[in-house]
Amino acid sequence: MSTNELTLTPSQSPSLVNNKLSLSPSQALGAVRRPVNTNGWRAWLFTVDHKKIGIMYGVVAFTFFIVGGVEALLIRLQLALPDGRILSADKYNQMFTMHGTTMIFLFAMPTAAAFANYFLPLQIGARDVAFPRLNALSFWLFIAGGLILNASWFLGGAADGGWFMYAPNSGPVFSPSNGVDFWILGLQIAGIASLIGSINLIVTVLNMRAPGMTLMKMPVFTWMILVVQFLLVFSLPVITVALVLLMFQRSYGATFFDVSQGADPLLWQHLFWIFGHPEVYVLILPGFGIISEVLPTFSRKPLFGYPFVVFSGASIGLVGFGVWAHHMFASGLGPVSVAVFSMATMAIAIPTGVKIFNWILTMWGGKIWYSAAMKFAIGLVVLFTIGGLSGVTHAVAPSDTQQTDTYYIVAHFHYVLFGGMVFGLFSGFYYWWPKVFGKLLNEKLGSWNFWLMVIGMNLTFGPMHILGLQGQPRRMYIWTEARAGEGFFNFGFWNLVSSIGSFVLAVGVLFFIINVIKTSRNPERAPLDPWDARTLEWLTTSPPKVHNFDRVPVVHHLDEFFHRKYEEDEANHSMKSIAIGEDLIRAEEDAADADIHLPGPSYWPLLLAIGVAVLGLGVVYGTPIMVVGALVVLFASFGWVLEPSVPEAIDFDSPSHDGHTKEIAPLG
Amino acid sequence: MADIATHDIDHATDNATDHATGHGHHSSTGLSNNKLAMWLFLGSECLLFGGLISTYMLYRGRVQNGPHPSQIYDIPFTSVSSFVLLMSSLTMVLAVSSAQRKDDTKTNLWLLITALLGATFIGGQVYEFTAFYREGLGFTTSLFGSSFYSLTGFHGVHVSIGVIMLLSLMGIIKKGKITGDKAEVVELIGLYWHFVDIVWIIIFTLVYLIPS
Repeated sequence: MSTNELTLTPSQSPSLVNNKLSLSPSQALGAVRRPVNTNGWRAWLFTVDHKKIGIMYGVVAFTFFIVGGVEALLIRLQLALPDGRILSADKYNQMFTMHGTTMIFLFAMPTAAAFANYFLPLQIGARDVAFPRLNALSFWLFIAGGLILNASWFLGGAADGGWFMYAPNSGPVFSPSNGVDFWILGLQIAGIASLIGSINLIVTVLNMRAPGMTLMKMPVFTWMILVVQFLLVFSLPVITVALVLLMFQRSYGATFFDVSQGADPLLWQHLFWIFGHPEVYVLILPGFGIISEVLPTFSRKPLFGYPFVVFSGASIGLVGFGVWAHHMFASGLGPVSVAVFSMATMAIAIPTGVKIFNWILTMWGGKIWYSAAMKFAIGLVVLFTIGGLSGVTHAVAPSDTQQTDTYYIVAHFHYVLFGGMVFGLFSGFYYWWPKVFGKLLNEKLGSWNFWLMVIGMNLTFGPMHILGLQGQPRRMYIWTEARAGEGFFNFGFWNLVSSIGSFVLAVGVLFFIINVIKTSRNPERAPLDPWDARTLEWLTTSPPKVHNFDRVPVVHHLDEFFHRKYEEDEANHSMKSIAIGEDLIRAEEDAADADIHLPGPSYWPLLLAIGVAVLGLGVVYGTPIMVVGALVVLFASFGWVLEPSVPEAIDFDSPSHDGHTKEIAPLG
Repeated sequence: MADIATHDIDHATDNATDHATGHGHHSSTGLSNNKLAMWLFLGSECLLFGGLISTYMLYRGRVQNGPHPSQIYDIPFTSVSSFVLLMSSLTMVLAVSSAQRKDDTKTNLWLLITALLGATFIGGQVYEFTAFYREGLGFTTSLFGSSFYSLTGFHGVHVSIGVIMLLSLMGIIKKGKITGDKAEVVELIGLYWHFVDIVWIIIFTLVYLIPS
C-alpha cells in the first residue's frame, strides 16, 4: 500500500548501491544473487524491513479476521431459530473449531505481531529488529501455517475437535478425517513462527534501545509486547510437545492418548492449558499496551502510575503460568489442586484491577478528546471489566462447575477477547494509521464503526450470559422449540437477539473496511503529529523512512517526544509548549546521520518457509514429500548461513549507533 | 530515576568509545544479539524437554503386554555412551578456547573430535533402539514405548543436528566464510551442545537410573 510512498533518502542509497557492487554472485551459494535492489512485488516478497513485514502481517491477519468472522456468522445463523438447517452437525463442528483457531492464531496473534513489528523498533529508537531475516521467516511461516490450516476445508474437511482439541476425542478413532492432522501441522508451523518472532523481539527490546532509554522509560506498549514475548517463549514449547504427541499418535501409531492402553486423558488437557492460559494473556496484553498509549495521548495527561501499569502487566504474565488448571475444574482434579488454582486465579484479578483503575485515573480530570481511537480504548476498559467480572465467577470453582461448557463461558471469553483485545487492536488502527500510511482515517466513519461494534457486540455476547446460566451447552449445533423454555429467559428469544447482534457487529466491521478504502482514495496527507503524541515513533516522518530515524534519538524522559514539545511551567505547575512536533522532526532531518546501513533483502526466509510447509505436508501425504521438504530446508539453511549479512566493506556505521541495524552471520 | 538515565547514557558512550578502538558492539545488555537469542532459545527448549520428560515420567510404568523398563535397560552400555557424550562437552570447550585464541587448525581439530564423539553417541543410540526393538519394545507397543522413544528420539535428533552444525561450521571456517566474530559463532554452537549434554544427564538419571 505504501510502497510508492517510501522513498530512499540520499543518505541511505549509497550503502545500498555499495552493497550491490560488493556482492558477487558466488557469495550467495554460487547460484542466486541477493535481491538487493528490489521494487514492486519483489520489494515485499524478499523484504526484511520490519515496517513492511508489519504491514503484511496486518493485511493477512485482517483477511483471516474476515474469514473467522464469516464462520462466526454462519454459526449464529444456524442457532438463530430452532432446528437450524444452515449447517450439518459435522460442518458445525468444523465451523466453531476453525472460528476459534482462526481468530486466535491467525487473527489476534498476528495482528499483535503486526503492531509489535511495526512499532516496537520505532518506540525504542531502533532502525530494525535484531534479526531482520528471522523476522521475515516468522512472517512466511505464519502464512504457511495459516494456509495449511485452511487448506483442510478443501482437502477432506477441517478440524472438528474444538479449538483446544481435547485428546482422546481428537485421536484417530473419534476424529478420523485428516482435518485434525492439518490443524496440528498448521499450529505447529505457526508456533515456530511465533517462537522465532518472540526471541527476535525480546533481543530487540533488551539490546537495541536508543541511548538513555532505560527499561522504565520504555513506552507501555513496548513493555506489554516484551511480557507477551516471554510468555510465548516459555509456553509455545509446551503446546509443541502436545501437538507432537498427538501427531505421533494419529500418523505413526503411538499410544499417548489411547485410553484402552491405559493412557491418561488429562495429559492433553494439562499440556494444552499450560500453553493455553498464558496464551490468553498473549492475546490481551497487546491490547492493554495499545490503550496505555492511546488513553494518555487523548486525555492530554501522562499515564497514571506508569510503574504500576508496567509491573501489573508483568505480574499478570508471571501468575498466568500458574493458573492453567482453572480450565479443568470439572475434570476431577481433587480439592487441593482446585483450591490452589482457584486462589491463584483470583489473585490475577488484582493486577488487572490495578490497570483498570490506572486507566480510569489517567482519564480523570484530563481534557478528553473523543477520537475514534479514544472511543475504542474506553470501550476496552468498560467491556473488559464486564468480561473480567464474569471471569472472577469462573475462578470460584463451585460456580465454575455449573458454568463449564455452557454459553456463559462463551459470553465471558468474548467479552474479554472481543471487548478487550479486538477493541484494543481497533484503537491501535485508528491511532497509528496516520503513522503507517500518512493519512488519517475518517473520524465520522470511525464513530459509526465504534458504535455499531459496541452495540453489536453487547447484543451478540450479552444474551449468552443468560443462555449459559439457563443451561444452553456450548458447541450444541441445534436447539429445539420444545426445550427452549418459556418466559423472559427462553432460549428462542435470546438466541435470535444474539444472532441479530452478530450482524450488527459485522456491519460495524464493514464500516471500518469502507473507512480504509475511502481513506486510501483521499489524497489529503495527515499532519506529522496529528494527536500531539508522546512517544518516539512520532519523532520521524509518516510513513517513516526505511531507516526509521535520521538520527538515533537520545532519550532523557519517559514520553520523550512529549517532553521535547512541552516543559513544566514552574510558576503554576502546568505544561507549556516549547516546540512543535513537525519542527522537531525537521530538525532531526537536518541533523541526519551521514551513513546508515540496512540489512539487505533476502530470498532465503521465503524459501525456508516453503520448505518447512512441504516438510509438514509430508506427514499427511507421505515420506517422499517429506524428503523433498527436508532438502529444501537444508538448501535454504545453508544459503542463509552463507549469505553475507552485512559485508565489512560497506560497514559505514558511525560509532554512536553501531549495532542497531547490525546483523551478524550466521544466525541472523 | 535521573541517576539511572545519566548512567545509561554514560554507558552508551563507553560502548561507542569501545567501538572506536575496535572492541565489540553496543548493546543495552552487553550480551551480543546472537548470544542473547541463543540463551532464549535454550530457555524455550527447557520447556520442550520438560514436557517430554513429564510425559515419560507419567507413562514409564504403563507397559501393557510389552517389556518393562527394568527388563530391557542395559545400564552399563548406556553409561558408557553417556560418558562419551559428556566428554564431547570437554572437547567443545577446547574448541571454543582455540577459537578465542584464533587458532583455526586446533579449532577444527577439536570440532571434529566433538562431532565424532557426538556421532558415537548417536551410533550407541541406534544400537540401543535396535536391541530394544528386538526384545519386543516397539514405538507402538505400549505407553512406555511411545514415550521412551519420543523423549530419547527427540534428544537424539538434537544431537544429530548438533553434529551437522559442527561439521558445517568446520567447512565454513575452512572456506573463511564467517563475516562476524568467528569465536562467537563457535561459542554459540558450543552453548547448544552443552545444553543438549545437560539434558542428557537429566534424561539418563530420570529414565535409566531411577527404577520405576
